[in-house]
Amino acid sequence: MPKEHANWSPYDNNGGTCVAIAGADYCVIAADTRMSTGYSILTRDYSKICKLADKSFMASSGFQADVKALQKVLASRHLIYQHQHNKQMSCPAMAQLLSNTLYYKRFFPYYAFNVLGGLDSEGKGCVFTYDAVGSYERVGYSAQGSGATLITPFLDNQLKSPSPLLLPAKDAVTPLSEAEAIDLVKTCFSSATERDIYTGDSVEIVILNAHGVRSENEQLRKD
Amino acid sequence: MVVESHETDGEFAGGGLGHTSRSPIVTPVFTDMVSSQTESGLLSSEGESQRTQYPYVTGTSVIGIKYKDGILMAADMGGSYGSTIRYKSVERLKQVGKHSLLGASGEISDFQEILRYLDELILHDNMWDDGNSLGPKEVHNYLTRMMYNRRNKFDPLWNSLVLGGVKNGHKYLGSVSMIGVHFEDNHVATGFGNHLARPILREEWKEDLSFEEGVKLLEKCMRNLLYRDRSAVNKLQIAKITEDGLTISQPYSLKTFWNFGAFQNPTVGAEGSCC
Repeated sequence: MPKEHANWSPYDNNGGTCVAIAGADYCVIAADTRMSTGYSILTRDYSKICKLADKSFMASSGFQADVKALQKVLASRHLIYQHQHNKQMSCPAMAQLLSNTLYYKRFFPYYAFNVLGGLDSEGKGCVFTYDAVGSYERVGYSAQGSGATLITPFLDNQLKSPSPLLLPAKDAVTPLSEAEAIDLVKTCFSSATERDIYTGDSVEIVILNAHGVRSENEQLRKD
Repeated sequence: MVVESHETDGEFAGGGLGHTSRSPIVTPVFTDMVSSQTESGLLSSEGESQRTQYPYVTGTSVIGIKYKDGILMAADMGGSYGSTIRYKSVERLKQVGKHSLLGASGEISDFQEILRYLDELILHDNMWDDGNSLGPKEVHNYLTRMMYNRRNKFDPLWNSLVLGGVKNGHKYLGSVSMIGVHFEDNHVATGFGNHLARPILREEWKEDLSFEEGVKLLEKCMRNLLYRDRSAVNKLQIAKITEDGLTISQPYSLKTFWNFGAFQNPTVGAEGSCC
């Protein structure tokens, strides 16, 4: 019997771009706030950044319903961890949990493209980057989503990260100051907004450092 | 893709389910199979999902806006059966509990089922008898989870929903699609409304619209949809929900204006026309 053609897809791409940059003692996580479907904009004011733990923030683009479900699962697992261990999960621990959670649905994936940013147990900035099924690595900076292809080459140029193939392993975190990194992120988004139709409206920037968390918002082009 | 479904409420989608083949090895009952053919032994249980769905009777756009005192929502009363406008008195705006208003587009029978689920939800909420009641945010969350979980089972409720309400002075307006995509905003629309109404709302919506301004704005959007959406009918209801309660208007029609030059002589200049 010939297979029927489905007339609906369980997936949709709600667009958007996410970026994270790790510094010596800070981490910057940013995402635009546009949510789209097809060629329509659904809303201009939607946050893609989620606080998973005190020192772990996840920015995700892709299929919004899957992103929200993923955030819920991780939040729930973190709560259980807190009950069992009486402490917050560290960023590297959350990174592993996210990877495992994604791979769990290897055969019906969460269509979510994530960057996890935070501070490791030494207070250094850390960024982890993922694909939709949980493959991940720790990097100095990363971009995911519809504007990633526009932003990544620019960050490669500006952040001059040492090759991960070098031995002894060189630190991937950028020597830039926090203010410089924030400015760089704003530049990334305003450039990506020019050419990527799914990126724009505004960018939400979360900055984590030894003093705590704060959030900035910068307007972007709305076309 | 291996997907199993064990619908315990026993609904049957689509045409009559004549036979359920029972292979001697495993006998799950696919209660929502569209096809009434007997499955071959090879295709039983772990076979391809036969849950492809089509909407049959559908409603078109719903529009919702926040205004000074609460939420205003508009939807026409059409139920289309493909290209036929089969039903012209379908109420697509319904109250949910004390604080919420639900508008739906898409498959009408799925909307009716959603209303049954919500009925049960509100009933149990009331049975607690604790003076508390589910607000629009909670109902929206419930709907989102319901739509997403059905999508996960490859058996979606074929609707796009608008949920609005006021509780304790907080106005809430949200949307959920058939695959679980959801968000809140000051104005939302489903279907064609996203293309034709949202642009008008982006230009003309502002904080603290009066009731009259809000209705005028919704009527402007609905008129636009009437002109350009072929499944729209000129019989609509506008609902308002505030802290004090909900009212759904009696059905009424909009005035339409066809005396544009291009409409007077629509074929002028066209190949083969008289002019």
